[in-house]
Amino acid sequence: MSDIADKVKKIVVEHLGVDESKVTPDASFIDDLGADSLDTVELVMAFEEAFSVEIPEDAAEKIATVKDAIDYIEKQKAA
Amino acid sequence: MFSLSGKTALVTGASGGIGAAIARQLHAQGATVVLSGTREAALQELADSLGERAHIAVANLSDPAEADGLVAKAEAVAGAPLDILVNNAGLTRDTLAIRMKDSDWSQVLTVDLESPFRLARAALKGMLRRRAGRIISIASVVGTTGNAGQANYAAAKAGIVGMSKSLAQEAGPRGVTVNVVAPGFIETPMTDVLPETVREKLIGSIPLGRMGNTGDVASAVVYLASDEAAWVTGTTLHVNGGMAMV
Repeated sequence: MSDIADKVKKIVVEHLGVDESKVTPDASFIDDLGADSLDTVELVMAFEEAFSVEIPEDAAEKIATVKDAIDYIEKQKAA
Repeated sequence: MFSLSGKTALVTGASGGIGAAIARQLHAQGATVVLSGTREAALQELADSLGERAHIAVANLSDPAEADGLVAKAEAVAGAPLDILVNNAGLTRDTLAIRMKDSDWSQVLTVDLESPFRLARAALKGMLRRRAGRIISIASVVGTTGNAGQANYAAAKAGIVGMSKSLAQEAGPRGVTVNVVAPGFIETPMTDVLPETVREKLIGSIPLGRMGNTGDVASAVVYLASDEAAWVTGTTLHVNGGMAMV
């Protein structure tokens, strides 16, 4: 697993207070990890801060799973 | 009832009459208070008179960067996360609309509406995470009734109400409450200079038969800041002696 994936996972565990084993790539923040809309906004803000990236509103809306977040951040970092 | 012991509160405009009274009452209920304003000497004097649990954080809220940074500054001087934000700072630039300059409008909107938003936004980040917090903004009866000569001020104060209701909906799921206190005519150095006939007429329009005092407003703030007000959010508590029953 990449450093980015590791860090994303850590942030999700911390913010949502879920067990690490549940934070699989396909896990949906809302459906599987019990996040509400405010949680997802807070997560996006935490990603922005941790990775020094800006995630605009329309991109944030598409980040539904752990993998979505990792992919988006990896793409931003590669660019 | 209404103990605020262990809580940290930031009061803007704390060198003014109402702000100082709010700070005093929050402090008397046990809160640690951070007094903010532009006049350092006046803030320091108030802090000294309160003794322990009183800190100052000078900020000019017409500067967006200073407004954005004030919550962090307050938490730094208090050495604790913020539990209670009281948006009290405000200014007036009264004149009839046909004579109102762009700067009269924008200065009032910046300090009285935009800066409370900036402070609330900064405070909410921590409050949502901690799943606790109180945001209380001081509006005015004129935000509801309007007032000739105060189109700018009334717009800002009505704006505070709409903003607070929106924030209350956003923050409710995290147990953070957002409310407004809307004072009527309060006895301050500003109203002391009114001619006696004007005063009498004013008082005649108030069912409770007197002008309010700064303590009347502060008590309402203490209530909304307390644990006892945990199920009250998005509301406006009118403190006006019955002058406007809205």
